[in-house]
Amino acid sequence: MTGELAIIAAILVPLIGAFLIAASHRHPNQREAATLVTATALFILVASLLSPVLAGQRPETTLWEIIPGISISLQAEPLGMVFALIASFLWIVTSVYSIGYMRGHHEKNQTRFYVCFAIALSSAIGVAFAGNMLTLFIFYEVLTLSTYPLVTHHGTDEARRGGRTYLGLLLFTSIAFQLLAMVWTWSVAGTLDFTPGGILAEHASPVVFATLFVLYMFGIGKAALMPFHRWLPAAMVAPTPVSALLHAVAVVKAGVFSVLKVTIYIFGVDSLARIGGSDIILYVAATTTILASIIALRQNNLKRRLAYSTISQLSYVVMAATLVNDFGILGGTLHVAMHAFGKITLFFCAGAILVAAHKTEVSQLNGIGRAMPWTMTAFTIGALSMIGLPPTAGFISKWYILLGALEADAMIIVGVLVLSTLLNAGYFLPIVYSAFFREPDTPAKHGEAPKTMVGAIGLCAGGTVLLFLFPGQILALAHMLIGNVP
Amino acid sequence: MIAAHYPALQIVAPLIAAPLCVLLRRGTLAWLIAVAVSWLVFFIAIQLLQQVMASGPISYELGGWAAPWGIEYRIDSVNAFVLLIVSGISAVVAPYARATVAKEIPEDRHYLFYSAYLLCLTGLLGIVITGDAFNVFVFLEISSLSSYVLISLGKDRKALTAAYQYLVMGTIGATFFLIGVGLVYAMTGTLNMADIAVRLDAVENTRTVLAAFAFITVGLGLKLALFPLHLWLPNAYAYAPSAVTVFLAATATKVALYTMLRFVFTLFGADFALNVTFLAGFLMALAIVGVFAASITAIFQNNIKRMLAYSSVAQVGYMVLGVSFFSVTGLTGGIVHMFNHAMMKGALFMALGAVFYRLGTVHLDRMRGLGRQMPLTMFAFVIGGFSLIGLPLTVGFISKWYLILAALERGWWPIAGLVLLSSLLAVAYVWRVIEVAYFRDPPENHPKVTEAPLSLLVPMWILVLANIYFGIDTSLTIGVAERAAKSLLGLGG
Amino acid sequence: MDFFVGHYNYWIFVFLMMLGFYVVVARGNLVKKIIGLNIFQASVFLLYISIGKVFGGTAPIIIEGAGGSPVTYSNPLPHVLILTAIVVGVATTALGLSLVIRINEAYGTIEEDEISEMDLEP
Repeated sequence: MTGELAIIAAILVPLIGAFLIAASHRHPNQREAATLVTATALFILVASLLSPVLAGQRPETTLWEIIPGISISLQAEPLGMVFALIASFLWIVTSVYSIGYMRGHHEKNQTRFYVCFAIALSSAIGVAFAGNMLTLFIFYEVLTLSTYPLVTHHGTDEARRGGRTYLGLLLFTSIAFQLLAMVWTWSVAGTLDFTPGGILAEHASPVVFATLFVLYMFGIGKAALMPFHRWLPAAMVAPTPVSALLHAVAVVKAGVFSVLKVTIYIFGVDSLARIGGSDIILYVAATTTILASIIALRQNNLKRRLAYSTISQLSYVVMAATLVNDFGILGGTLHVAMHAFGKITLFFCAGAILVAAHKTEVSQLNGIGRAMPWTMTAFTIGALSMIGLPPTAGFISKWYILLGALEADAMIIVGVLVLSTLLNAGYFLPIVYSAFFREPDTPAKHGEAPKTMVGAIGLCAGGTVLLFLFPGQILALAHMLIGNVP
Repeated sequence: MIAAHYPALQIVAPLIAAPLCVLLRRGTLAWLIAVAVSWLVFFIAIQLLQQVMASGPISYELGGWAAPWGIEYRIDSVNAFVLLIVSGISAVVAPYARATVAKEIPEDRHYLFYSAYLLCLTGLLGIVITGDAFNVFVFLEISSLSSYVLISLGKDRKALTAAYQYLVMGTIGATFFLIGVGLVYAMTGTLNMADIAVRLDAVENTRTVLAAFAFITVGLGLKLALFPLHLWLPNAYAYAPSAVTVFLAATATKVALYTMLRFVFTLFGADFALNVTFLAGFLMALAIVGVFAASITAIFQNNIKRMLAYSSVAQVGYMVLGVSFFSVTGLTGGIVHMFNHAMMKGALFMALGAVFYRLGTVHLDRMRGLGRQMPLTMFAFVIGGFSLIGLPLTVGFISKWYLILAALERGWWPIAGLVLLSSLLAVAYVWRVIEVAYFRDPPENHPKVTEAPLSLLVPMWILVLANIYFGIDTSLTIGVAERAAKSLLGLGG
Repeated sequence: MDFFVGHYNYWIFVFLMMLGFYVVVARGNLVKKIIGLNIFQASVFLLYISIGKVFGGTAPIIIEGAGGSPVTYSNPLPHVLILTAIVVGVATTALGLSLVIRINEAYGTIEEDEISEMDLEP
């Protein structure tokens, strides 16, 4: 299968899968099988693009012209490959986990859940492989819309309100800022194609350049920069598998992916360094990192604590991007992958604790490590990855971001990173400690989570460690984004 | 060859079919005639559009009498496009009307309904196709009078007052238009549009011509429902029978806008409008205020038909905003939005008509849980809603793109920002309905509701799919709109 | 002076137009509104016809046997146009009045403010 066909297939396969899932509405086992088969097929398709991209090829295809002068176009390049690989791999794992969770929790409307999941994944792959800004915007919006039914899955008033914040903030930022920036870019540069080195530098005055950058960054609401971050904790009303994949991996990753993509391919790292304009966002991201971590310290609800941790970690990537140097880009790209594995482990654990022990608050977790050893060990690994300690994946990306801050002589950012590490330890380590070393308030009457869930958790925790030991492929992809790539 | 007489057939067919319906007196036969004629005029409109795009404007002398003394029908890219919109909408509404009319109007009046419907169709098509200024007035009144009748047939007694209010305001508007045409005739001595365009240049700077311009634009503004002359629209659309609302919402204001375009650009000329009058600024200001005022009012409506009516006023604002840029991009945006809005509002009002058919009401409180009971209908509403907001892959996005681009081309980024902000207002009023339909449980002691019948679903989904199709493949709509814009600005085509 | 007397047809037109318009807007009785509308439209008719008059011209009907001498006719076109407009006006009035009858049946009144009050009740 050629690269071009693989890209188109990668977007179509989850959609076909969605159709099959809907058709299997009355046969749950068949329906679950459809999800798993689709997810596996997707991963194989995406993986097949890895070697051509590593070899320097850029498979691309242009579909039809949607507006005179702009077409829907797709292209596989290193950054997109990183995103697509983790999204597709973790979809398989999440599907396994979801089956256990949805059945164990006796959730309703499961078909709608799996169908929307598939559509959301299709649009995430579309974002990953977008060849120009309009294509990315289209898939970005489809992602928002397809995840709305997932966020409001429970259909309660609380879910409805959470959904309102989710949709409201994401649509607000994308329509008010991103769309404006995109049309403006089109009218200034005459093209929206993603080009290494950027498309704006020759056409835009420095003021326009800087304004556009700010518009894009705030317009990419999925990166959860303050003050447009509230959709992330609001989305915690969703069932945990949704929170896990979409908010630890697909939706937020689409956000920071878009941040990196726009930085590298619309503005150009060197142009940004030369003309400036990224400093405002650098400091907004730094503030977001610290503030989110402080808020996380004060959250008792486990999922909300994890949500604020995610906001903080996403700003790591934005900081890394806006340092506009090689190490920054490397670190940011790596963190997309490293954080994904760590965070999804943590969310899976939260879901397991909910299903098995029916507990949601941090204060209820005393001594739970004895009843759920596998889960809490995985939780510890995930926590270490967030803090950034070896032997977990988070260490590698944080290291590069630190190097980037040093290279840019941004001592404030170094300080922010150090402080954030300490804060991360501050809100994760106590959970680990009380889980293993405290006595439970009431004797635990439950055991571990269902096997499918534990299996998925173990896989992700293992992945976190494996990525630390063998970061080769991801590192190679990230390296292609800097320096020697024309 | 009959093809040479298509322009005349376009008008004569519905005109003759209307009294035929009265003579036949059978509701079903009348409906069949309405459907057949609608499809015929749609077919003719397609032929005319193809001919215009291939070989330029068509000129047809009615009765063989030569212009400028005879009445000339002149079709170029602008009105061929509007003909397509009007006849296309009629082609889907006529089949749709059967079930809703059967439910909403007493049986002994059905043949009268279809007769009035055909007259309205005649009037609208006539306004668009004619090249004679007074002829516009005649057809304008034909379409208006039949609209008043159609609206008054609504079930609620408020339909009567709505029709009356529309009658009074519409007649004032049409009379203003008549005054304007009279003054133009006094200054140029001719009623043929092409001839007027030539002769007006010599007398442009007289006060009479300025007064004529003012009367014509105000009169048309009233028919267009341009803020603040929109007061008749919410009630008229809300209380009319469902099929009537679909038809009028998708066509009447577009035809009025077309007439304004024709008079401002072709007759008076863009230079006159820009340099001698403040039309551009006026239109832009009124359009923007209209968009915001109407959108905000829409958010607080509980009668969903009324909500969509206010939304229509806002959408008219978008069209006028596009026109007020007086640039190719802006005009393209305004003209393409005529088409796009017809698709959007057509689908939305059809969905509401189906809801009314099953529920007997379109009050928001009674629509709880409808997402599960009428899934196809409500999903049609969702897609139409997405289009209103302007989300990509729908036609609404295309219109928004052009409006924003037009604003940015001029460097007026506050206008672009206002367009985007108003889209967010649309999110508010669309999402209200979606939340109620999908998140609430149905009211307890009300009879069970089933999905709408096929005769309602099929036309509805044709329009919904058109929404998506023309949001993805814009070659037809943008191609024609751009050519129309250029021809209006005198840039060829 | 000539400004007023020489253009008296325009002054009549303006006066009647404003009068009709005022009646439509200021009177609450539905029938009176229609009367105002009629006055409004009639003023326009007068405008058209009066501007069609050619000084020294006779009615625009061909005179048989005029011989070779040229006859000045007034402009027939405005007459034709206004005939159409009168018909439109008649139709509008008929339609308006029948609506008033129906409204009276439905509401029991034809005063605008009373109707608005009744309509405000849900």
